[in-house]
Amino acid sequence: MTLIEAILLTVITASTPLLIAAIGELIAERAGVLNLGVEGMMIMGAAAGIAAAITTGSSAAGVAAAILAGMALAAIFGLLVLGLATNQVAAGLALAIFGLGLSGVLGAPFVGVPRAGIGKIEVPFLSDIPFLGPLLFRQDPFVYASFALVAGVAWFLGRTRAGLVLRACGENAAAAHALGYKVLRIRFLALLFGGACAGLAGAYLSLVLTPFWTSGMTSGRGWIALAIVVFASWMSWRAVAGAYLFGGVTILQLHAQGAGVPIPPQAMAALPYLVTILALVLIMQARGGGSTAPAGLGTPFVPDR
Amino acid sequence: MPGRVRHLSATMPLLEARRVTRRFGALVANDAVDLAVPGGQAHALLGENGAGKSTLVKILYGLLQPDAGEIAWRGAPVPIPDPRAARALGIGMVFQHFSLFEAMTVAENVALALDVPEPLPRVAERLVAVSRAYGLPLEPQREVWRLSVGERQRVEIVRCLMQDPRLIILDEPTSVLTPQEADGLFATLDHLRAEGRAVLYISHKLEEVRRLCEAATILRNGRVVATCDPRVETAASLARMMVGTDVGAARRNATAEAGPVRLSVHALSLPPPEPHGVGLDGASLELRAGEVLGIAGVAGNGQDVLFAALSGEQAAPAADRIILDGAPIGREDITARRRRGAAFVPEERLGHAAVPRFRLSENALLAGHATEGFAPGGLVRRSRTLDFVDRISAAFDVRKGARDPEARALSGGNLQKFVVGREILRQPRLLVVCQPTWGVDAGAARVIRQAILDLARSGAAVLVISQDLDELLEIADRIAVIFHGRLSAPLTAAQATRERIGLLMGGAAMAEAA
Repeated sequence: MTLIEAILLTVITASTPLLIAAIGELIAERAGVLNLGVEGMMIMGAAAGIAAAITTGSSAAGVAAAILAGMALAAIFGLLVLGLATNQVAAGLALAIFGLGLSGVLGAPFVGVPRAGIGKIEVPFLSDIPFLGPLLFRQDPFVYASFALVAGVAWFLGRTRAGLVLRACGENAAAAHALGYKVLRIRFLALLFGGACAGLAGAYLSLVLTPFWTSGMTSGRGWIALAIVVFASWMSWRAVAGAYLFGGVTILQLHAQGAGVPIPPQAMAALPYLVTILALVLIMQARGGGSTAPAGLGTPFVPDR
Repeated sequence: MPGRVRHLSATMPLLEARRVTRRFGALVANDAVDLAVPGGQAHALLGENGAGKSTLVKILYGLLQPDAGEIAWRGAPVPIPDPRAARALGIGMVFQHFSLFEAMTVAENVALALDVPEPLPRVAERLVAVSRAYGLPLEPQREVWRLSVGERQRVEIVRCLMQDPRLIILDEPTSVLTPQEADGLFATLDHLRAEGRAVLYISHKLEEVRRLCEAATILRNGRVVATCDPRVETAASLARMMVGTDVGAARRNATAEAGPVRLSVHALSLPPPEPHGVGLDGASLELRAGEVLGIAGVAGNGQDVLFAALSGEQAAPAADRIILDGAPIGREDITARRRRGAAFVPEERLGHAAVPRFRLSENALLAGHATEGFAPGGLVRRSRTLDFVDRISAAFDVRKGARDPEARALSGGNLQKFVVGREILRQPRLLVVCQPTWGVDAGAARVIRQAILDLARSGAAVLVISQDLDELLEIADRIAVIFHGRLSAPLTAAQATRERIGLLMGGAAMAEAA
């Protein structure tokens, strides 16, 4: 295995959880709900995933538990911001902190318990192709799932009527309501999808990437996922570019440190964040300062019944 | 394709509201309202803002549920739990506000309103066919934000017609149209009626109703006060029924004696505030002491940028683009301009002119902190701001519960009287006011217009930016038209006919007039 191949493989593993979490948040935001609690939902997914996997001995049960945990947190958030029309920013921040705390409690009995990760799927023959084979056809199920999610979401938003209705709720909730759509229900379902994705991304961290539990192991990936949604200007395929840009810079920075590039490691560690900020600024500049955000993003909607 | 609709017998109404009552808290928005619309009739629902028209049509379209009473369709009582049910009956609605999705294409907007899902290409095809049949040309692939207000309304109407409705409800459809666009709408409505469709037409524009409708139901304070045939009534008699008393026009004393030029703007160009917006493109004007200059135009043609440039919310590119009493003020901020005796009333009264959750006295302070001596040495003198509120309330008949309530507690008309009064009481040398009577009841509108006229006659220069052409024709000495950020040369009151201004509002003959 060449060095480049090794680097690319690690880039894929670093980018996958970002992509999964971002695509879920993208759906929630296209429906008009800003859920800043991705970090909290993600780490709850990580904790619930490893707890269930160790307890039952089944990775599938772990993944299912992670998804359910993410959805449960999203449901709490939905009750707050949709049912009670509370401020989405405040509720989202609270959700992130709540998830970090609760996951510490849930994961406490499992700290440092080692566990075999989820194996990779080898596509027969194709995975034997030199260079491309291992990259494209010898990956864990999450990597394939992440691309299936992106393709599915792109198709859903662009081609289906349900996707059109979801976008309508995010653009102008009052108008969607006036046409007779159940805005709050649609937004709630979008939130649940976002929670499921965040939970799944969390499961990737604790079941594949570092197959054991440490508290706070998401280390800010949920926040990066939020930034990727903006970076992608709410388009699903661009989220792939954002996630892989960020994942790539993270890994390059590690390798540069290993190769002894004479830059303080702290500065190197900050590089991905700087690149994200720079990319966001450049995108905004290129667009002339305008916004492509869904017009109704973050605005509570209360039907007057 | 929508087919020809069978005429119903004249005896049974197509749609009937029977004793419909709807409360919001203590407010009774609809109080045992009866309404009957026979098939094929153009029926007007008349009333002032807040009379309960919108509540009633929302109930008819399933957006609200009545607390009491029932809706009958072809004589049989029916529940209308949501708009889908209304559309299934054959009721279509053309909204004026909050109804289109800006970032989506025309076809997508139409597809969203269809109850039986169709693939987008099919929707686009049908849309083109319907729009052609009714003379309402539309491009299905254009995004809505690219469309003019008139085109947006076409989208609304075509969207409604795609469902082949028997009854079409139109909510204040001409409030944002130029007179020529309104004529186009009337022709479409005649076409619809010729097909036997009924039209429920909500408006407070009396001449339109007299021209268009065979019957009218008039609401006041949530109650039906009269039903009549508007064709045999006069505009004055209809207005009396709507308001309950006679409403005169603002009294205009002798025509303006042209004073010296107080405000002049030279070739002012500013970029649009947002990517899809309209900025200013070489706008010039001269405003003399003692006159009222009106700026007419359809919404979204640069009025907001013009106001921001004059008030100082947005600086001009160079100081000498805006000159007040000989001083170049283009780079000065709002406070500096206020100190020079200028006063500004923005369009939006809640959120721009007043902070909703601040008390009136605090809102008075925000506007007058530099000029009224409310806060000598940086400390607020509450007695002075309260006293100012009292003086405004007395002079402009601001009706409120407490002495100093929060701004949001006032009704629209009373808050508007407060924010206009707040500036006029200062006796400014220049007043710039945007949409002074938008969404205000007739009584309050008259007070405000009279105050503007009186201020001008006392020697101030007044600039009124308004989309209400009737208002400008009533109070302005000269009228200029803003279109796509360009200002036309002003017409004098004598030259300013509805038709000439309407043509300018639609962008025609701008070159000829300039």
